[in-house]
Amino acid sequence: MIPAQFDYVRPDSLAEACAELGSDEDAKVLAGGQSLMPLLRLRLAYPSKLIDIGRLDALKGVHDRGDHLFIGALATHDEVMRSPLVTAACPLLALAAGHVADPATRHLGTFGGSLAHADPAADLPAAVLALDGVLVAASAQGEREIPAARFFVDYLETSLRQGEILSGVKIPKLGPGWGFHYEKFVRTAQAWAVVGVAVAVKRSNGSIAEARIGLTNMGATPLRAHAAEAALRGVELGDQVRQACEEAAAGSSPPADLHAQPDYRRHLARVLTHRAVRAAAGSP
Amino acid sequence: MSVQEVGRPRRRKEDARLLTGRTRWTDNLTRPGLLHVMFLRSPMAHAAISRVDVSGARGLPGVVAAFSGQDFAAEQGSLPCAWPRAADTVIPEHPPMAVSGVRYVGEAVACVVATDRYRAADALEAIEIDYEPLPAVLDMERALAGDSPKVHETGNRAFDFTSTHGDVEAAFRDAPVVIDRTYVQQRLIPNAMEPRSVLCDTDGETYTMWSATQIPHILKVMLAMVTGVPEHTLRVIAPDVGGGFGSKLQVTPEEVLCLLLARKLGRPVKWTESRSEGNLTVHHGRDQIQRIRLAADADGRVRGLQVRLLADMGAYLALLTPAVPLLGAQMFNAIYKMDAYEFACTGVFTTKMPTDAYRGAGRPEATFGIERIMDELAAELRMDPLEVRRRNWIRQEEFPYTTISGLTYDSGNYEAATDRATALFGYDKLRAEQADRRDKGDPVQLGIGVSTYTEMCGLAPSRWFGSNNAGAGGWEHGSVRVLPTGKVEVITGSTPHGQGHVTAWSQIAADALGVPFEDVSVLYGDTAIAPKGLDTYGSRSLTIGGIAVLKACEKVRDKARRLAAHLLECSPDDIEFEAGAFRVRGTESQKTLQELALAAFTGHDLPEGVEARLDSDATFDPENFSFPHGTHLCAVEVDTETGMVRIRSYVAVDDVGKVVNPLIVDGQIHGGIAQGVAQALFEEAVYDADGNLLTTTMADYLLPSAADLPDFTLDRTESPATSNPLGVKGVGEAGTIASTPAVVNAIVDALRPYGVNDVRMPCTPERVWRALGAEGVRR
Repeated sequence: MIPAQFDYVRPDSLAEACAELGSDEDAKVLAGGQSLMPLLRLRLAYPSKLIDIGRLDALKGVHDRGDHLFIGALATHDEVMRSPLVTAACPLLALAAGHVADPATRHLGTFGGSLAHADPAADLPAAVLALDGVLVAASAQGEREIPAARFFVDYLETSLRQGEILSGVKIPKLGPGWGFHYEKFVRTAQAWAVVGVAVAVKRSNGSIAEARIGLTNMGATPLRAHAAEAALRGVELGDQVRQACEEAAAGSSPPADLHAQPDYRRHLARVLTHRAVRAAAGSP
Repeated sequence: MSVQEVGRPRRRKEDARLLTGRTRWTDNLTRPGLLHVMFLRSPMAHAAISRVDVSGARGLPGVVAAFSGQDFAAEQGSLPCAWPRAADTVIPEHPPMAVSGVRYVGEAVACVVATDRYRAADALEAIEIDYEPLPAVLDMERALAGDSPKVHETGNRAFDFTSTHGDVEAAFRDAPVVIDRTYVQQRLIPNAMEPRSVLCDTDGETYTMWSATQIPHILKVMLAMVTGVPEHTLRVIAPDVGGGFGSKLQVTPEEVLCLLLARKLGRPVKWTESRSEGNLTVHHGRDQIQRIRLAADADGRVRGLQVRLLADMGAYLALLTPAVPLLGAQMFNAIYKMDAYEFACTGVFTTKMPTDAYRGAGRPEATFGIERIMDELAAELRMDPLEVRRRNWIRQEEFPYTTISGLTYDSGNYEAATDRATALFGYDKLRAEQADRRDKGDPVQLGIGVSTYTEMCGLAPSRWFGSNNAGAGGWEHGSVRVLPTGKVEVITGSTPHGQGHVTAWSQIAADALGVPFEDVSVLYGDTAIAPKGLDTYGSRSLTIGGIAVLKACEKVRDKARRLAAHLLECSPDDIEFEAGAFRVRGTESQKTLQELALAAFTGHDLPEGVEARLDSDATFDPENFSFPHGTHLCAVEVDTETGMVRIRSYVAVDDVGKVVNPLIVDGQIHGGIAQGVAQALFEEAVYDADGNLLTTTMADYLLPSAADLPDFTLDRTESPATSNPLGVKGVGEAGTIASTPAVVNAIVDALRPYGVNDVRMPCTPERVWRALGAEGVRR
């Protein structure tokens, strides 16, 4: 398919990019293009202008900032997946990034792009949500920090304002005792998640001290499974974990599509959450 | 002694070029002044067209022309249906571009011709069309009800076909066991690697069409017949073609319209589909409802089989649409002996994309039906599914065997293939593990699926086609040119689109002429170079086209023998041929083929009545189909908590007769199994209640990749075909035909303790989970 006509600019600085974006409400930011280009080619989006930020060095790389990592919006999924910093401090992101689509997509698609696109079926949003990431938005007015819990507003909709560009994400380091797992349920290897569950678990003396659970494709936005998190707090590793995970789908409103109906997705969320919590807790 | 080429695992001559991108796909070709065509497609499943206004497109920059169906009405003819096998077949008008109404989403309603594709795409949005909606007709059973809206004025019934063999009523009367099942063959969308593409050029008098087609020869004849463009002014070229699986065995609306556009505009035009356009408008496959009844004795012996099919034609009859389900007429009885067999099929029109040949065409459907119900019989009798098959299959010593449906299977050895497969599979050990998991209530259950298939392929005998009302025959043509330096050019009418003809034909010619494999080139796919042919489909290339090449080589040898005898001053009867040399028996006196080629070229000293050429042609038309067979065994693990199915191991032992190139055969089996597994687990074309296709992208229409498939364990037995001198059988479709029931049988086998006796394809995790009960299995 062939996109409709659009203008294209490639600014040399983030400030210039923000100015371009602020001056045209129909403009779209282009990074790796792995979500935007299909929308253009299917003529599901008709932006007036593409602002290509792909070469802005300020948005690249993964940086250690003491109590948190700063992951540049332009870090590719492949970089995140292989980053020693990510693997050491927040391996959940590396696990989730490794599940994104296929190797070609992972080399082009960006961490920030996936979050700003806010597809609830994408793997990274749930992981960032589970890790209480803080998204950094740049604009002509400066920088603004948005907690992940307030970033995802609706289907393909974030709290970014006109003229704001996601420059990167702060991921707090969780410290010792935490385990992680991303459980993705797919029909074929490179398909979208039917359901995904991103889990961080802190173990303490054979019990779960704290669990954070992000759900992929269980609603219009990525979700935290708050009820299951609460039910898991203090639970001994063993049979009670399964029971606590029965709360995993509480408050979700999963979509109906060709791959699954909502009741089946709720069921999967429960089963997969249990599996993910067990794996994250290192419990057989 | 030179090494025998036939049977060697030669790496394909084609691959270095294909893998390094030195290819000639139709979309890569260009011509001076080339224009680009894009089609506007109906968003309605069923509607009358009350107004088409293309004027908005005409004025736009870069737009050379825009046309509606009305602009083609006088010249576009009706797309052909070449095989209305049932005598009562209704063939509705099938205009390449809709004129007064549309009958499926995606039907072409207008087009734009522009200087580039971007402008053409933009201009499509400026075309205005008014539709008067009519009710969509989507469900085959409802379509046949008297009060159903009609797809065509003649109604929704395309044909009724029945064949009966033996006394069916007697077979079922008082039968101790009767199994009655209904299976659904979902609609599939063929996805070749290379999308379809057409380029048509004209010099004002003649037309050259390049098309990503399997059938340049048939296309040429059909274009002439449909449009009235004289056949001798047409040249059709299938350059490199990236797969077809039947989807490019078609005379498409776009091919006809590109020819008409070149004629109207006097300029070259090109159209290339997008993937989503392809999902909408490449002909679809399968789509049957199969009601199958089987009567058996208490010991498992099959008495009779009754098959009633509803086959979805879609909105029109395309090239082979009504013939595809009827290829099952002689296949449901498969490898089994029985007293009686009845086959009935009704073709049904719906407001969907027409169906047509898709890898296996009619035979996968039949094989699925019989192999599924044989498992049901085994379950009913609490017998091992292999044992039920053993009690019913044709024994090795009974070949040649004429089946209940009237085909004569020339050779086979079902015992040997099955014994080998069970040994490789570790059948008994897996059964033990299955029992253990059942006992333990393991949330991951093991299932074992069996498929002992055969198929009729090498679609040929022209006489059979003729007696079954086909528009063409099934012969194939081959030519051999011996060049002055002794190198060899083989010209084949069998047009490859990925199969490896160049390699296999080189092996055959190298042996037959005693020349090195490297000294043979193979030409094909251009009606000006390979003027005679019936092309590639139905696993027919080697068994017919390959044999035509062999026959042409034999004629070359006869000519060379006469020439050698003349030059060596002896009788042709005294000449023996070995390793490329023609020797006077019992002497050292000889002429090599190379020397004879030069002698023929110079023409200085030829015997009386011998032309200055060794070149020869042959047409081969076998007396029978070929009947490959085999035993496929599949082990699946079913996660009863999620419904996820994972194939744990897969063994295929196939008997494709003599093998020319084992690498190519293994490749065909690998790809075939993958495609059959895809039907079992992943693929389904879905229309919504209004007749909109929902699966227009690969995010919705799931194709498996290597990551989704297990390693395949392959082996072969070898029962040479008696219907051709090489003893070869077709292999292009075997894997697809065999694998679908093997996988589904395995899934059902895993779930039988839960009271499950069927899961509808594709067996998605959700369907498996629901089959286990609304809440699934929760521990």
